[in-house]
Amino acid sequence: MSSNRKPRDKRMSIEEVVGSLESGMTIGIGGWGPRRKPMALVRAIYNSDLTDLTIVSWGGADVGLLARAGKIRKLVYAFVSLDSVPLEPNFQRARQSASIPEVVELDEGMFQTGLRAAAQRLPFLPMRAGLGSDVLVNNSWIKTVTSPYDEGHGHEELVAVPALKLDVALVHLNRADQHGNASYLGPDPYFDDLFAMAADKTYLSVEEVVDTAGLTVDTPVQRLLLSRMMVSGVVETPNGAHFTTCTPDYERDERFQRAYAAAASGSDEDWQAFHDRFLAGDEASYQAAVQAFTEENAK
Amino acid sequence: MSDYTRADVCAAAIADAFSEDGEIFASPMGLLPTLGVRLARLTSNPDLVISDGESVFLGGTPPLGGKDVVEGWIPFRRVFDVVAYGKRHVMMGATQVDRHGNQNISAIGPFAQPKRQLLGSRGAPGNTVNNRTSYWVPKHSSRVFVEQVDIVSGVGPARAESAGTAASRFNDIHRIVSNLGVLDMGGADHTMRLVSVHPGVTVDEVVAATGFALEVPAEVPVTREPSYEELLLIREMLDPKGLRFKEVPND
Repeated sequence: MSSNRKPRDKRMSIEEVVGSLESGMTIGIGGWGPRRKPMALVRAIYNSDLTDLTIVSWGGADVGLLARAGKIRKLVYAFVSLDSVPLEPNFQRARQSASIPEVVELDEGMFQTGLRAAAQRLPFLPMRAGLGSDVLVNNSWIKTVTSPYDEGHGHEELVAVPALKLDVALVHLNRADQHGNASYLGPDPYFDDLFAMAADKTYLSVEEVVDTAGLTVDTPVQRLLLSRMMVSGVVETPNGAHFTTCTPDYERDERFQRAYAAAASGSDEDWQAFHDRFLAGDEASYQAAVQAFTEENAK
Repeated sequence: MSDYTRADVCAAAIADAFSEDGEIFASPMGLLPTLGVRLARLTSNPDLVISDGESVFLGGTPPLGGKDVVEGWIPFRRVFDVVAYGKRHVMMGATQVDRHGNQNISAIGPFAQPKRQLLGSRGAPGNTVNNRTSYWVPKHSSRVFVEQVDIVSGVGPARAESAGTAASRFNDIHRIVSNLGVLDMGGADHTMRLVSVHPGVTVDEVVAATGFALEVPAEVPVTREPSYEELLLIREMLDPKGLRFKEVPND
């Protein structure tokens, strides 16, 4: 029995989270495209010795960075985009050079359904999406299932969307307490709760760790997306979703994103320079370099 | 007000694609489709449910990029619910679209190693077997209108049919609007057919810019001109900055 009779304190450092991961793991990354991505954790994986990862993501620069670093053995996605830069240059580069050994491109709704199946501990869930499309041709391991019911249209043959079971989910939210209860303050929860429930372990990074009472002092209870029973570790990483959005704490850093995209679609030297300036160090040195970049460009 | 532009014609043609939808979620991808949907809501179909393209349903009809009264919440997860629910008409882009109405936004070339990786299939496979789907092509050319798409993201009627009842029940490829004309899937065996050519465009031009044998009826009407009211709404209210000309330049 713990002495203070409170739930566990799950605060961890970025290094502790990444140190607990293993090569070959299946890692789901929350957020959506260039929005509320756990970028501090992604940057630390980019800089780690981890290899052969299976990455499951509605992709943005998380996928681009990990692809560029050669970390991905298998990629599961429905799209990869930076929105204001429609195509992710590092992802494009990886695909066009076939450097990701296994590629699973799903329909967006199938992706959600796969997470739902895993979250419900089901092997699959049925849906229409995918039928007739090349998603089922390019992923011939995805099966269909015949409905046992005839609703007047015969026994429909539906896609048996396989569960997207994750070893680990990484998500970034606005606020959490030290136990892992967490809220999103922006307009969209994305699918972070589904990622958490589809995973054996979930590591949560947040802009700010507050007292449990502070979570609902000025925020409706409906904004609490994650319960501590879904969360293994909490990392406080201010600006940790940079350069993606973390509304209302901050919006996307468009100027930085353009610099990233330019480096990613440029020469090897261009990328090396970007890497050396921003990515080679730890999170604190990244944030310092971003601050210097911002000040430089404000002049 | 006869000095309408091609972009205005496209906006009105897109609006017409949504005019008979009733009270459903109109889900436009990109600028001209958004303009057209908002135009429809202010003219032919005030019941349309529209969003800010992010996470809320809008109670009014703001200009492009504008805000309005919020009448509902539509985060990404609920978009998928509405896709399956079916009360939705999406107008998507198409990097390639073929004679059978199959659409590709995934990649150009072989999937294993594309010549050019695009976005990925996004929601196209699910959209096309669940709710009404239209396509918007701002540059009608034989690079877009191809004999056969490299990767089938959006599913045309023939593919849906051969995939079975579950795929074909709700498959409804409604219109393809381009900068040159309006097309639909009303040709023989549900192939693509020319419905109208925009003012100033000839049938031959459309045929030459299409990389497959397009069904061309004996009489091809001219796409209707935007009305005085529509031009006023487009110019003064919905797109006073002329953002539409970035997508469809003034010729």
